[in-house]
Amino acid sequence: MEKVLAYRRFIIIGIFLTVGLIFTFRLFYVQILVDKYILSANNNVLRYITQYPARGLIFDRNGKLLVYNEAAYDLMVIPRQAKNVDTIELCRLLGIEKQEYIRRMTNARNYSSYRQSIFEGQITRENYGFLEEKLFRFPGFFVQSRTLRKYTYPIAAHTFGYIGEAGPDIIETDPYYKPGDYIGVNGIEKSYEEILRGEKGMKIRVVDVLNRDKGSFQDGLYDTLAYAGTDLFSSLDEELQEYGEKLMMNKKGSIVAIEPSTGEILCLITSPSYDPNLLVGNIRKKNYRDLVFDTVYQPLFNRALMAMYPPGSTFKLVDALVGQQEGVLFPTTTYGCPGGFSIGNGKMVRCHAHPSPLNLIGAIQISCNTYFCRVFRSIIDNRIYASTRQAYEKWRKEVMSFGLGKKLGLDVPGELNGNIPTPAYYDKYHGKDRWRSMTIISLGIGQGEIGITPLQLANLAATISNRGWYYVPHIIRAIGKKDSLNPGYREKKVTAVDQSYFDIVIDGMADVVTEGTARASKIDSIDFCGKTGTAQNPHGKNHSIFIAFAPKMNSRIAISVVVENAGYGAEWAAPVASLMIEKYLRRTVKRKEIEERIMNADLIHGINIKYETGKGHFLPD
Amino acid sequence: MKLEKGIFYRIDWVMVILYLALVIMGWLNIYAAVYNDTHQHITDMHQKYGKQMIFILASLVLAIIIIIIDPRFFSQFSYFIYGFFLLMLVMVIFAGREISGSKSWFAIGGFGIQPAEFAKMATALALAKFLGYLERNIKNPRHLIIAVIIIILPALLILAERDTGSALVFICFVLVLYRAGLTGFVLLALLALPLLGVLALIINKFILAAAFLVLAALVYYRIPHRSRHFLVILAVFLASTAFVFSVHYTFNHILEPHQRQRINVLLGNNTDLKGAGYNVNQSLIAIGSGRFWGKGFLQGTQTKYNFVPEQSTDFIFCTVGEEHGFIGSVIVIALFLALIIRIILNAERQRSKFSRLYGYGVASLFFFHFSINIGMALGLIPVIGIPLPFFSYGGSSLWAFTILLFIFIKQDALRYGLV
Repeated sequence: MEKVLAYRRFIIIGIFLTVGLIFTFRLFYVQILVDKYILSANNNVLRYITQYPARGLIFDRNGKLLVYNEAAYDLMVIPRQAKNVDTIELCRLLGIEKQEYIRRMTNARNYSSYRQSIFEGQITRENYGFLEEKLFRFPGFFVQSRTLRKYTYPIAAHTFGYIGEAGPDIIETDPYYKPGDYIGVNGIEKSYEEILRGEKGMKIRVVDVLNRDKGSFQDGLYDTLAYAGTDLFSSLDEELQEYGEKLMMNKKGSIVAIEPSTGEILCLITSPSYDPNLLVGNIRKKNYRDLVFDTVYQPLFNRALMAMYPPGSTFKLVDALVGQQEGVLFPTTTYGCPGGFSIGNGKMVRCHAHPSPLNLIGAIQISCNTYFCRVFRSIIDNRIYASTRQAYEKWRKEVMSFGLGKKLGLDVPGELNGNIPTPAYYDKYHGKDRWRSMTIISLGIGQGEIGITPLQLANLAATISNRGWYYVPHIIRAIGKKDSLNPGYREKKVTAVDQSYFDIVIDGMADVVTEGTARASKIDSIDFCGKTGTAQNPHGKNHSIFIAFAPKMNSRIAISVVVENAGYGAEWAAPVASLMIEKYLRRTVKRKEIEERIMNADLIHGINIKYETGKGHFLPD
Repeated sequence: MKLEKGIFYRIDWVMVILYLALVIMGWLNIYAAVYNDTHQHITDMHQKYGKQMIFILASLVLAIIIIIIDPRFFSQFSYFIYGFFLLMLVMVIFAGREISGSKSWFAIGGFGIQPAEFAKMATALALAKFLGYLERNIKNPRHLIIAVIIIILPALLILAERDTGSALVFICFVLVLYRAGLTGFVLLALLALPLLGVLALIINKFILAAAFLVLAALVYYRIPHRSRHFLVILAVFLASTAFVFSVHYTFNHILEPHQRQRINVLLGNNTDLKGAGYNVNQSLIAIGSGRFWGKGFLQGTQTKYNFVPEQSTDFIFCTVGEEHGFIGSVIVIALFLALIIRIILNAERQRSKFSRLYGYGVASLFFFHFSINIGMALGLIPVIGIPLPFFSYGGSSLWAFTILLFIFIKQDALRYGLV
């Protein structure tokens, strides 16, 4: 009986071996086939501690420091270790309510009770002083150092932009950014983000199950250093920018100045503006909200790039240039002005009282509406073209060669295209090819559907001063090294108008200042050339516009000034431009009475005009 | 002197060497699992590895005593030893110390003694003793019932201590009964039951019952002499159906909540990795992160930094998996299987029925602990807290397994001299 059952040992051994085999297969699966366990293991014990680099600094064209970094601190918490915290004291120091403390703790705990979360971000150095000496009373809390952007001068807020925490959409699309990282949200901070941000470093630490630090991972073999961001040398002139912002105080509008020979932006002013230091650190959220909700003055709206105005009479310069190029206008061309230009049905484009008839220089100097309506008509009705449409398309092409009607490509985000209407637009409005020169005559005096941004106006001034070419305007002249030139902006753009047609127009512009519409703004011994513009708009008083450059030969500054709802170009924009030119060329302003009148003028308070926001506004007449 | 020399000469050194290999590997693993920078010395008495070294030295003393003790001691005193430990089991219920929910420890000085560990060994002895008489036959219902009582009595007492894992161990003696002549059906049923149980929990019971019916019908019409087997097939069908229907009730009303959770974790019904599923998940992470070659001795991060709970006792296999990888794990498994199979093969060469059945008892106990413990660490079976022989930290378990094994080594060495 016993011996008969001896075979059963094989069954039993078989069971043993089967179990051994199952274990081997399972081990093979767990240890060799799948990766998720090794990933989870690293997730368990490795803590990747980011080393944040300092962002690149930003200087002005004379080497003045404009934007720098200051030490700041994130207050971190590990909820599990936060026991016996003097909650009342901590709330008092941070200026938060008990409920807020509980809410943040709950959030942190929901993320992980073993791992660190930011409890209060970006505490400034001053505030950290109060916190530091009491930190020992808050077990589980510690600080992680970060940097905050600081601005030496409270100017050029829109140009610099600001930085903020990278949002989920960015983190998803760009692997560089992790939660808690900062990214340039606007302005130079955004367009030069990859240069300014530097390179993050990484320290890998090993922790135990209670998140206690157990030393560096493999003696720091895989640790990387942080590299500071690259410095930027902007072409802004700090003094000019600051002076312009003072002039524009209590006015809506903008000033853009360009160095014509290089395309470098000397100042980029929009008003109303704000102190860039407001959008830094943990006060940013609140201040940003306040700025956004200020719908009356719209301080976040960058008018220099995002507002679109009919250029008014400044556009007559383009008429003069294109007319000559098209062979329908000569310096000697003379038109009489009977106080306006009749467009049929008893309607007319009015003109002011002035001597008549006028030649080209005179018409620019006096800014005669009738003259340029005729010039515009002669361009559009030119017999050498088969149709109005063809002539118009040619005109449009030549106008756009001045950098109008499309984004110039400035290295500050947010530029608008402006608008030089397409033939299709008029087809839609009047019916296919059912429009004539008389239908669109207001374009000739820079009114109607045409829309140009202040940046484009300044670039127009620079292009005219160069006699027909421009470099794309840019605000960063050098990257990393002070003397290197920004390689993105080395290509000359040439207009469709021949160089030889410019001098007569520039002579006219010189007369505008010496004895024409802007004679009140002339500066002794600086020969500058300008053109006034007064853009009608249905929302209130006319926009006061002026473009200019100086000196007449080899000019060093080209400028556009727009003062919204202020009146005639000669009244506000021209004196502002002349003060800016004087400031830039002489470094000091002698005409104190004009300066005082401008600085003390308040053109917005008490006059509440609401604009559509968003993609800029278009103001037809 | 002469006798002793003879004894050592006849000892199966393969079993001893496998034993020593496993014990030393176990010790180094405990060192690795508990290792920290402040107490680096492996003989540090304040650390678990230092204590384990003492336990090992004591075990070796125990082993030598067993080898040189009177050869008839264990066969003669089997019932006495059994009775003694039954008494201990009863006493521990009243006088024991409660540690993590089960009242199974005697506190003696600084050490705790767990009678349940020794009761397994005592049961193996008593069972072998009872079935060892030539006239005892398992086909005799009276003998079978007594054998089952010998097995179940300590199991029930341990259950009363709320130490379910140790109580379940006694199921392994079915292998001894099987070798003694129990029908293979029982073994088959025992292997099939867990499978049925899992099926019952994941598939609707009525569908399952219908499937059984179809299966039974198929079997019935396929086999020759079908009418002769009709009753058997019917019985199996009814039994499985009844089992399936009872599983839900057992699961929901008889099992304790933590046991229910452990089963849910295994079935994938519970993916709460911070709660009930935490242990098993961390165990798999530790083992899985070892990859092929392992991270190296003392280089395991998951075990060293305490991510795996109970890592020096129930989850000690994680340290092997993490630090020594697939290679090391397979070697440990191979060593265990070698020892267990060696015991079975040696058992078969015994002339005494007592020694043979005792050998089967030893092999069964080792096998059960081995498969449950590693199966649990690999996430193949629910979490049942029983030690891995020679690897898990603890004196009682190490001593009990040493005694268990060396009684057999002793019997084996004497196989020619004793009846």
